[in-house]
Parts: sequence; structure tokens; C-alpha cells
Amino acid sequence: MTGYIEPMVGRYIHVEIDREMHRIYFEESGAGIPLVCLHTAGSNGRQWRHLLADEEFTKTFRIIAFDLPWHSKSNPPPSWTGEEYRLTTARYTATVRAFCKALALEKPIVMGCSIGGRIVLNLAIDHAAEFRALIGLEAADFQAPWYDTNWLHRPDVHGGEVCAALVSGLIAPQSPESSRRETLWAYMQGGPGVFKAICISTGSMATCAGGLTRSIQASVRFICSPANMIFPARRKTRCGRLPRSAVPLSPSWNGSAIFR
Amino acid sequence: MTPAPNLIDDAGIIQAFAGIPALLEQDPALIYRGRTLDCECLLGPVDHPFHVSIRGGSIVDLTPAPVLMRSWRFSYRASAVAWAEYWKPAPRPGWHDLLALTKREEATLEGDLHPFMAHLQYFKDVLALPRLHRSAVPT
Repeated sequence: MTGYIEPMVGRYIHVEIDREMHRIYFEESGAGIPLVCLHTAGSNGRQWRHLLADEEFTKTFRIIAFDLPWHSKSNPPPSWTGEEYRLTTARYTATVRAFCKALALEKPIVMGCSIGGRIVLNLAIDHAAEFRALIGLEAADFQAPWYDTNWLHRPDVHGGEVCAALVSGLIAPQSPESSRRETLWAYMQGGPGVFKAICISTGSMATCAGGLTRSIQASVRFICSPANMIFPARRKTRCGRLPRSAVPLSPSWNGSAIFR
Repeated sequence: MTPAPNLIDDAGIIQAFAGIPALLEQDPALIYRGRTLDCECLLGPVDHPFHVSIRGGSIVDLTPAPVLMRSWRFSYRASAVAWAEYWKPAPRPGWHDLLALTKREEATLEGDLHPFMAHLQYFKDVLALPRLHRSAVPT
């Protein structure tokens, strides 16, 4: 055999979410601290392929990336009869918790990007004790609408192409062309209305922004940093900008070595 | 965010816009992407837009507005500063994308948006052509 085989392995797990079994596809690689990765709205777990193949991380972490139901290889559940897909904050939270429970992960780290970064805010508010750490990438607790989501799901506009064209505006112009194409290709794979549903839920999550900020400041310090630090979520906070109020996440955090 | 000093005056922006149809003809893949598009639209600087006729993805006519009683389905007009920033080799965040420019109120999108949204990447790329052909942008 001469072909290079990447280290991650993909499997399906049956997970009970809201009293119904879901067949969820996930890939994993590495050993050690469980690190669950959440993909962005309308894409899927393939976004994490470079991390899953990075020995610098897999020597310390058991990295796991799953596709949300309705996304990529994770089909809708058997009860689905074709109605419009909707993802709520409660359902997304339940999905992450159920997935971690089904794999019997002990106090995993959960890291999500974009809407995946947003949901970890909710995990921090209501379920912080279940997690070793929560990491939001490109996360924010509020985003004002900047386009009409109805364009994302209508029969006279190609859903995959319009979703990718919108997301193209979120990719830095300096990005390598091949990376840009690969990223957009994943967005073109989404099922009808899936990206729209998640963008709507992004809005609904935004509506809890005030409560989120209040709760989080009262109970949980938050994360969004490459430096083993956390800080309270606040509007327009971006990754990598640590405020002076940054504080250590948790005394039990022991994954700092890779970030130094 | 304060824009960088504008190295391109309005005349330069207008000149660059007038060169877009020729640049598009050099890009058959982009024309192919718009192959089902036939559309009249109004594009360009806010104060000096062009009536643009697109047939099968090619721009077959580009005429400075106003033209007496000429119709268009949608318009996308942006400030001269916005076009200058959009056409930089590595435009800065917020100046790098047509919808980002509308979000920062440097551009307006009006009319029947269906042809624009159904061909969103096509319009983003067509209107970015001067960026890829910097010699087309007077400095």
C-alpha cells in the first residue's frame, strides 16, 4: 500500500435526543482529554479534518467531531415527515449533551465555531459542571441581522450556491484559494433549508444575549482564547483579544501545554 | 473604521467600471457561471452608475446613467471609497464583500433582488474583476 491514510476514523453512534434515537456520524482521532468539536452553521464535521490529523493535538486529546442531525452523514430522525427543519437553543444543547453522554465522555472540552461557538455559551450558563472547558471560536453572544434569510431556502434560488456565496463574504481575502474552495464546497452540501434554520436559531440565540451576558457574568467565566484563559462573554468580543479581566478557566484544566 | 486614503478618484472608479465587460470576456468560467442570467441592472458608483445589460453571463452593454426611461431590475451602488477599498489586493474586513459594504452603509441594494441573489457569487466576482486586474484600476 502506498497511499497515505489519515489517522481519523469515522463511525456512527445511536444517540437518544429528546426521547428519539438519532443516528449520528462522528470522526475521532487521538487519545487523552476528550475534545468535542462543533461545526459551523450549514457545514459539517469535515471542517475539523486538519485538527483531527494534527499529531501535536492528538497526542494529548481525543478529538471528536460529529455532524449535527440533518447535516452531512447524520440523517434526520425517523419521525421526520418533511417539515421545515428548525434548530433551537434547547435542542442544540440537548444534542451536544446527549452525544457526550452516549460516548461516556468524562468532562469533555467542547469547542465550537460560529453557531457552535455560540451554543457553548449556553452550555456554560446551564451545564458548566459537565465540561472541563468550553471554547468559542468566532463566537459572539449577539449578531444583528445583515441579510434576509428567506433567500436561503426557496425553489427559484439554488440553496447550496446562495449559502456558499453568502459565506464567501466571511472568508478572509488572504485565505488560500484551495482552502476557500474547500470551505465553500462544504456549505454547498447542505440540505434544503438547513442553513436557513440554523441562521434563524442564531437569531433566537441572539435574543437571549442580554440574559446570557447577565447569567454568564454571575456564574461562569468564559473562554475564547488561545492562551488557556477565559473571560466574560461580551458583545463583539473576538477570539484572541483577552480583556484584562481574563481569569483562569478552571483549576482542573490540564490542557494548557499545547497552548503555550 | 476610517478608510485608508483613497488613491483613486471618482474618474478612476468610473474608468475601472467601464473596463469590467472586457475583463469579464477574459474569464469564460465566470461567464459560464452566469450563463442563465439575462438581466438589466444598475451598477457602479452612487453618483455615476451604469445601466448594465447582461445576456448569458456576458455584459453586452454598459452605458452611463441616466438614460431616459430605461428600466432596471435591481441596483447595487456603492461609494467611490467603497469601490476603491473593494478593489484593493487584500481588502480590509468590512470592505471586502458586497454585502459587507451594504452592512456598513457604504453601498445600497435596491429593486427586485432575485437575479442578484440567485447569482450572488457571480456578481461578487464580476464586480471584483478590477481587483484581479490591478492594471485596470488607475492609481
